[in-house]
Amino acid sequence: MTDQTAYNFAYLDEQTKRMIRRAILKGVAIPGYQVPFASREMPMPYGWGTGGVQVTAACLVPEDRLKVIDQGADDTTNAVSIRRFFQRTAGVAVTEATAEASVIQTRHRIPETPLTEGQILVYQVPIPEPLRFLEPRETETRKMHELEDYGLMHVKLYEDISRHGQIATAYDYPVKVEGRYVMDPSPIPKFDNPKLGGNAAIQLFGAGREQRIYALPPYTQAISLDFDDYPFAASKADHACDLCAAPDSYLDEVITDDQGSRMFVCSDTDFCASRRAAGHSGPMGTPSAGADEE
Amino acid sequence: MITISNLSKSFTLHNQGAAVIPVMAGANLSVAPGECLGLVGASGSGKSTLMRMIWGNYLAAAGSIMVGDVDVAKAAPREIIALRRGTLGYVSQFLRVVPRVPTVEVVAEPLLTLGVAADEARARAMALLAQLNIPERLWSLSPTTFSGGEQQRVNIARGFVHPYPALLLDEPTASLDLINREVVLTLIEAAKARGAAIIGIFHDEQARARLCDRLVDVTQFTPGMAQ
Amino acid sequence: MSILAKMKMQPLLSVRDLSKFYGGRIGCADVGFDLYPGEVLGIVGESGSGKSTLLSCLAGHLPPDRGEVIFDTREGPRDTVQMAEAARRRLARTDWAYVHQNPRDGLRMGVSAGGNVGERLMAVGARHYGQIREQAVDWLGRVEIAADRVDDRPSAFSGGMQQRLQIARNLVTGPRLVFMDEPTGGLDVSVQARLLDLLRGLVREMGLSAIIVTHDLAVVRLLADRLMVMKGGYVVEQGLTDQVLDDPQHAYTQLLVSSVLQV
Repeated sequence: MTDQTAYNFAYLDEQTKRMIRRAILKGVAIPGYQVPFASREMPMPYGWGTGGVQVTAACLVPEDRLKVIDQGADDTTNAVSIRRFFQRTAGVAVTEATAEASVIQTRHRIPETPLTEGQILVYQVPIPEPLRFLEPRETETRKMHELEDYGLMHVKLYEDISRHGQIATAYDYPVKVEGRYVMDPSPIPKFDNPKLGGNAAIQLFGAGREQRIYALPPYTQAISLDFDDYPFAASKADHACDLCAAPDSYLDEVITDDQGSRMFVCSDTDFCASRRAAGHSGPMGTPSAGADEE
Repeated sequence: MITISNLSKSFTLHNQGAAVIPVMAGANLSVAPGECLGLVGASGSGKSTLMRMIWGNYLAAAGSIMVGDVDVAKAAPREIIALRRGTLGYVSQFLRVVPRVPTVEVVAEPLLTLGVAADEARARAMALLAQLNIPERLWSLSPTTFSGGEQQRVNIARGFVHPYPALLLDEPTASLDLINREVVLTLIEAAKARGAAIIGIFHDEQARARLCDRLVDVTQFTPGMAQ
Repeated sequence: MSILAKMKMQPLLSVRDLSKFYGGRIGCADVGFDLYPGEVLGIVGESGSGKSTLLSCLAGHLPPDRGEVIFDTREGPRDTVQMAEAARRRLARTDWAYVHQNPRDGLRMGVSAGGNVGERLMAVGARHYGQIREQAVDWLGRVEIAADRVDDRPSAFSGGMQQRLQIARNLVTGPRLVFMDEPTGGLDVSVQARLLDLLRGLVREMGLSAIIVTHDLAVVRLLADRLMVMKGGYVVEQGLTDQVLDDPQHAYTQLLVSSVLQV
């Protein structure tokens, strides 16, 4: 513990981790409520997941196996950097397999593979306040949460329908937690919203710049806001994955050449690779393609 | 229906050296249902002041003004409002209305405040306007642009659109031509016949003779004028 | 005498000994009155007379230092000063309405007319888009705004239209008490007249009670049943509107009435 030449386990000092854990526990105790915490300077810029990293650091124990994804992918810069950061500062094992991970830090997705009890999913959150775009005053939004004064949330959806004929909000789609707090689920696609509620894993949300932590304990109710005559619908590209042929996973559209050719692939790289390893194949994929990645 | 006892009134002009001007003292009178009482007296003797006090527009200094079972001299504002709504009608010499409101609405308004359905209120207003010879093309216009005689008749229509048990009429036939004067006199006679208690100021002596059962000279209530 | 019987009921709002101080300065002091269902009360006075402070205290925007504001809620009379903020806000979006002098303070300028009107409905739980929109269009009609403007933002409206939209937005949930702060201030005279007529009609049809703060004596004469005159934070005179204006008793009221230019 007194080795001054190495990082403390998971970078943050123990006092800071205790402070963050207290915020997390409070968040878990009051699902959907934004708990203020003293966000620390991290060795990466705001917007790169400093909130998520601090929450992950406070949760990690040496026995953990960490997975980091960015927009569903394990192999993008952001995901790779954060994964390496914890390999160096905490020395924990890492994995790309959703089912094998005990802690998953994510940016903008929930993995396709259903999470299980004992797993922790940590979200990176840019703007935790769902009311912010309608009410700029923090004092007022806090009061609105306190008093459950949520008429404004539906005004936003109303405006969507009156302007676009449907609820055009496609990501960052607000949910009401256990009939109490309206919560911003971070910019996950609304396709993922149904997985927020009733999830077996602990879901933790960290916003570094905004200094807020909030949480959904396992099996918490989280209902996407909607109208009776315009019910919530989890949407995705009307396509199957071109690599693994999955008909029901969230897809990224990838431009493949200068002629505008495109393909649709699973945004969840682990999910796609596992399916291909299991022999599924789409029009542009080969069954074994994912087996030897990284 | 209307009984006034020992009524007095003075004005205090705070901005003119707090001058106190007594204008009425010891006024007594009473009007029964179906009776029309004419107020007479020289100009400035307090006829209009007395009318305004009965209407609740001027505060009484002492005494009582019973209209039905309400003492206007002591009633709370909301009691006077209720009295004006259903019991006491007033045709003043001036028409005070929201600009740009159509004449037919102006006349129907007293009925609407009483909860009469809009269609019926409008129908009754139109019938009365027709009776008073207001040309139909004017009904949809605001009366603020009308001639003096037309405004007078709109005012009368407002005062007669509901069968008030008590009526105050301040020069109802002034500035009317002979035909319309006759219409108004007929309306007043009809109100008497259905049992309204009426107090009026009529400078028109023929009208006074035709309508009034009794005359009261208000000079006797005027301090300094009652000899 | 059903109307008199109806008016003998419980006051909708009972104000007792209401006072608000700004340090040593008096905002308003010792104000008391009863407002009955269907009554319109005008509050007049010059700038700094305390009429706006009083309105803010009544509407729960400003905590008074002393006194009671008892509102006849659906659960019976309650002192709104002692009420929890949550309960007071619930009142503010159901039984109360507040019309600001400047429509920009009372509207969401970035939200369509329909969204502005629909907000209160959604705040009290309306969750059917079609019905919310239908009610919004209906209310736009009642304040004489064409249905095809429902998706336009208020920034595209004239001042008079904005004020009418603000009124629609406030009245859509069928409140019982409306607070109005200079509702016709800043409008052209011709637009004022139309707004006054609209307000009179709505007050009558909906049986609304209203408290109107203004410095315009012509407005209160046409709208208010009763009048309160304020000076230096105190109520110097109150009574029937036309009686106070035509037979003012207090020196200040006499000055106020005689200062109005006759047209």
